[in-house]
Amino acid sequence: MSAFLHTSLDVVEEKISAVGKSLGDQRELYLGLLYPTEDYKVYGYVTNSKVKFVIVVDSSNTSLRDNEIRSMFRKLHNSFTDVMCNPFHNPGDPIQSKAFDGIVSGMMVQTG
Amino acid sequence: MSLSRAASLSPQGTLLSEVIPPSSWQKKQQNPPLPTGNRSRCPEQDVSICLLVALLQRILHAPAPGMDQESGAASAGSFISLNEHEQRYYSGLHSLCQADTSGQLSSGKVAELFKASQLPPEALHKVTEVCGAKRLGYFGTPQFYVALKLLAAAQSGLPIHLESVTANLPLPRFLGLKNEPEMRYSAVPPSIDSQGAQGGTAPGSLSWTPADRSAFRHLEANAEKKELWSPPRSPCGSPSRSPLTYRSYPYTKQRNGADSQIAYESKHSSQLEQHSSPSNYRTKATVEHPAMARASSSERLDQQGVVDYSDDDPWRITEEQLEYYTNQFKSLQPDLGALILGAIAKNFFTKSKLPIPELSHIWELSDVDRDGALTFSEFCTAFHLIVARKNGYPLPESLPPTLQPGFMQQEEDIPDTPEDRTIIERLQPSLATTKQDLKEESCKQDVGVKRVTTSQEKQTLQRAFPERPEPPHDLDPQMRTKTRPRSYSSTSFEDAMKKAEEPPTPPPRPQKTHSRASSLDLNKLFQQGAPGVKGGWLPPPPALPPRPTTSQVPHFISVSEKTPQNKVQQPNFADFSHFREEEESSVKPEEQGLRSRFGRSTEDLTNASKQDMIGVSHSQAPQKPVRRKYHPESQNLEAVPPPAMPFAPPAKPAQKLLSGQKRGIQMAIRKNKETNAVLTRLNSELQQQLKVVHQERVTLESQLELLRPVAST
Repeated sequence: MSAFLHTSLDVVEEKISAVGKSLGDQRELYLGLLYPTEDYKVYGYVTNSKVKFVIVVDSSNTSLRDNEIRSMFRKLHNSFTDVMCNPFHNPGDPIQSKAFDGIVSGMMVQTG
Repeated sequence: MSLSRAASLSPQGTLLSEVIPPSSWQKKQQNPPLPTGNRSRCPEQDVSICLLVALLQRILHAPAPGMDQESGAASAGSFISLNEHEQRYYSGLHSLCQADTSGQLSSGKVAELFKASQLPPEALHKVTEVCGAKRLGYFGTPQFYVALKLLAAAQSGLPIHLESVTANLPLPRFLGLKNEPEMRYSAVPPSIDSQGAQGGTAPGSLSWTPADRSAFRHLEANAEKKELWSPPRSPCGSPSRSPLTYRSYPYTKQRNGADSQIAYESKHSSQLEQHSSPSNYRTKATVEHPAMARASSSERLDQQGVVDYSDDDPWRITEEQLEYYTNQFKSLQPDLGALILGAIAKNFFTKSKLPIPELSHIWELSDVDRDGALTFSEFCTAFHLIVARKNGYPLPESLPPTLQPGFMQQEEDIPDTPEDRTIIERLQPSLATTKQDLKEESCKQDVGVKRVTTSQEKQTLQRAFPERPEPPHDLDPQMRTKTRPRSYSSTSFEDAMKKAEEPPTPPPRPQKTHSRASSLDLNKLFQQGAPGVKGGWLPPPPALPPRPTTSQVPHFISVSEKTPQNKVQQPNFADFSHFREEEESSVKPEEQGLRSRFGRSTEDLTNASKQDMIGVSHSQAPQKPVRRKYHPESQNLEAVPPPAMPFAPPAKPAQKLLSGQKRGIQMAIRKNKETNAVLTRLNSELQQQLKVVHQERVTLESQLELLRPVAST
């Protein structure tokens, strides 16, 4: 599992470095990474501060639309900035915010 | 209940009549709606603080509870013939030990008191036995008094027997508590401060908190008595402690003797010693905390706070606390209407020695607009949470209602700026204002688009709508200033929300990446989007954008703006009062006032933010003539103290005001309806586009499925 994450991160970085335009697209869908055996989709999302979000979705859940993924990333980004704005939070530490966790788990429950 | 127990008591079978009236018990046992876990936190109320404060109360102010206890003590003392001094002292100690509803004294507190008497443990055991507590298993008031007498006897060398209590003994001396004469006559601040310093720590371990408190109090008194007193006597007198102290005192009074039956045998001296050392360090640290505090209304706070504390709610900020927080805020940021940056606040709150995760949680709770900086109300909230935490209350998961920004604003008479701000905060936590925090610009910009989600829009819409009918019914001039911004901002936010929906087409969307200054962006978007996307719009829409945007944006910006410049908000307020004063009943003054504010605020924002102003500049042009017209008037009004103005005009302008308000609201309603129509059209168009896209997607998926078996094989 972690291998997939690493490979997906590699591809994300590759996409970023290849991009000559402004900091890359925020809504970077990553449907291409679909393993034949594993059947999952990995979505990538990069913020302006080069923070990368990766969402891994089971392929059996075909009801997930592109917009939903986008909205998930948006929410994720929002909560992330909230956490970042907390001066007591050192960037790089694992996020301990309960609100953040709540939002994330809420999202996961929503999408099934 | 206490009476019956008193009757059944006494080792010698004598009846210690407990005539303490029930009312006195009740006064001590008011139960605030505290979160669960009270009992374990009961010891957080520093024993010594309560003792001193209680004593002082009794001696200096002689309030009813004190009197009752004295009378009770007198009655109880009739048997053991307490003299006046003893009565007072004992009743003080009695209240110190936090009797619960049944009249039992918290055995932990009693234990620490006994420890403080510096008698050998076996003597203490004997005292317990003799006074009857051991037999009963708890300390009732009579037992307590007998025990105190026995302690005095033991300290003066007499054997611990019941006969000793009849002797004329000096008062029992408790190390760690001040000697009785000292307690009585010493100045309040130093004693409270030093005790407060001790009480400041909030040991994590709940079960050992009684031990902790007694221990570190004890040890400190032993080891660093003088040392402790000098720091608290520093000018501020540990004002940071004072809110703690006087808060803890009421908690004591109201607490339902939490640690009811810690086995009295748990005078674990070893554990006391153990926990005393960490608490000692903590206490030292908290003593340093006062060093950071400033202007001291601490003494005043102590005395006033103790007497004035009438509210049982620990989450409610009292006047004294508010004053204290205000002073602290001013020390960090002279302007009350401005923000404290996150880094500054972090340093400040870190001095409170709370663990970082807790501070982080407190920050999350108090920074309601998520801007990384604290307004005055947010600061008060955060400070209050810290104080409560240090007193042992667990952090709530969400802000208690009394701590929410709007609540505080209704209580305070701070100038309009924080009020508007907090009202706006209440309305749209997502649509926070542009801060002068340039470093957060990028962060905000990323967030801005995401913030404006449809779900949030709906929420704000729902929230905004019920608030709109309020202003006409609210006759209070002061409230008007509060509600009017709310009403306009509500309408403005509805508009803002709707406009956010408007250009969902991809090209405008990336431009929505303007954070909490979304009002500006929406303005810009609307300007750009209106001619481009909405080709088929009716003529009103192009005219509409400037007006609703001005109505929304100024409120948004000026009202919710947290610029350090007070004058931005003051013109806001001034405009309102100006509106009122001038008795202009037409809507125009409001709109123009809005525009003027908008113009002014956009000016300010131009200085502050970068690309946000691009959109604003569009709308600035049409507004300029209007703005100039009101500019001098607003300026004139800035000088006028706002509170004076609402009450200056007679009733007649009030009526005109009402009609003007009505008209304003009707205008707003009309505008909203127009925007509604616009948005419904847009919605239908988008739905069609969505259908098309869906169809495309379906075809693509079917193709993919056809290809997939080929790929997987």
